[in-house]
Amino acid sequence: MINSIKALRVTLRSMARKRVTAEYPKEHLPVDNRYMGFPALLWDFQRDEPFCTGCMVCVRYCPTQCMSAEMHDNPRFAEGDSHRRKIIQTFEINLNRCILCGICVDVCNFDAIEMSHEHELAGRGRNDQRVDLGELLKMGKKYQADTGWKQSKPNAPSPKEKEAATQKSEAGKPAPEPPSPEGASRAEGRSG
Amino acid sequence: MTARVPGAAGSPQTLDMMVNMGPQHPATHGVFRMELAIDGERVVGLIPHIGYLHRGSEKLCEHEIYSQIITLFDRLDYVSNFNNELGLVLAVEKLMEIQVPERASYVRMILCELNRIASHLLFVGTFALDAGAMTPSLYTFRDREMIQALFEATSGARMMHNFFRVGGIKEDVADDFVVRVDRLLGELERGIDEVDGMLSFGEVLLARTKGVGVISGPDAIDWGMSGPCLRASNVPYDVRVDEPYCLYDRVEFGVPVGTQGDSWDRYYTRVVEMRESVKIVRQCLAQLQPGPIMAQLRRIARPPKGEVYAHAENPRGDFGVYIVSDGGERPYRLKVRPPSYCNLMPLRDLVVGSYIADAVVILGSLDIVLGEVDR
Repeated sequence: MINSIKALRVTLRSMARKRVTAEYPKEHLPVDNRYMGFPALLWDFQRDEPFCTGCMVCVRYCPTQCMSAEMHDNPRFAEGDSHRRKIIQTFEINLNRCILCGICVDVCNFDAIEMSHEHELAGRGRNDQRVDLGELLKMGKKYQADTGWKQSKPNAPSPKEKEAATQKSEAGKPAPEPPSPEGASRAEGRSG
Repeated sequence: MTARVPGAAGSPQTLDMMVNMGPQHPATHGVFRMELAIDGERVVGLIPHIGYLHRGSEKLCEHEIYSQIITLFDRLDYVSNFNNELGLVLAVEKLMEIQVPERASYVRMILCELNRIASHLLFVGTFALDAGAMTPSLYTFRDREMIQALFEATSGARMMHNFFRVGGIKEDVADDFVVRVDRLLGELERGIDEVDGMLSFGEVLLARTKGVGVISGPDAIDWGMSGPCLRASNVPYDVRVDEPYCLYDRVEFGVPVGTQGDSWDRYYTRVVEMRESVKIVRQCLAQLQPGPIMAQLRRIARPPKGEVYAHAENPRGDFGVYIVSDGGERPYRLKVRPPSYCNLMPLRDLVVGSYIADAVVILGSLDIVLGEVDR
């Protein structure tokens, strides 16, 4: 009897409370900043190309082997506009296989891949969740715009910039040797 | 255990009826199947069937490097993911003799204890459901949701965190973590008190659970039970106290024990344990200092040749991980000692002789997670 009254008191108190339920298709609860949605490739706005060089580290470390990547020689490196000798050519992630573990982000040496906030990807076709490079970059750009994502370390100078720097240093005092663009950061990995 | 109850008078020959419970049954908490032989309302025989959720996790581990195995361990006991991860990383760290930075240990303890509360809240809700009370589950899910929101803000995922690493944790907690956890603890305490006051000593719950599924302390030890199920039988065994890992030797907390080892004791042990966990988290927050979060290690953990067994106190009991390493980046063999599998063992002794409705309550009170039982 006493317990029934106690329970009734709880009921009455709850009636006055604020509603906690969000009606899903109409309301979307905001995801947290650290939320790990599906992986996306990020865009280097300074160089106007993807960060990804296709080094395959994420592909090798993926526990479900949901990714595949191919690299090719970066034409913009030959032109001197970019510091990336190699650049991603094709990248495909089967998001059906992805388990959102974030290991690819952990192992990436180039800030190239990030867990976006994308999580609603229902489709009608069997292969709708196999996303290619364009799609991944679109997701990445959206993520960058939404969160104000910042690069962890600045880009290495491109050949043209290097040339300009040497000319400048020849004119003035000698500048310090710029770090080699590729491979040097391999041992360190992603900090944090 | 109990002798067979003869059929009603005047019917000299009654046959037992076989009732198939599960695998798709809400009260089995997953895909567990029991064949119950019943005589009227009484259960006279029980054949448990497991393996419906077998994913070959242990075998898969032999093909994965240690950082990938953590993702598999998230999926063993899928309501206490942090605790599982901890079991694995403790074992690998023990084998590699790594000193984990203090801050990482404290963060691990905080997250594990919060996960314990979340797991026990889920238990309280589903146990009440098993006993026929609908409302408490709504309350406990509300509180659990708050914990999971914190997990999302910390690890990026609500359940499959992949947050612990061999030698530390993935990334440092957010700046507002301490404030947020502190506020959360207050809300949790209120929530636990609310559910406790509403449910624990209610006449209906007492009638359904008192004296149901009794197991004595020595029997429980013989069956290999651990965790709250064992402590409910008045055996104060807790890995956190008896073999402290992380920094559990620096915090003070009580180990609640039951008296009779019945379903109600198993329930109430967990309720009290949630309060103890709140205490632990409070102390950890007070002791949390800035500092490194990862030990200095190479990227791929490569333990030396040898074998190791490490265990940790999961919400369900003693979670052990046994690793045989051949010096490579993948374990040669990995064996998990799943607490809910061992807690499930005495099910037949507990259920046979009781009413069929009690079978649901007893199974619920053991709080099994099939992901861990079947692996």
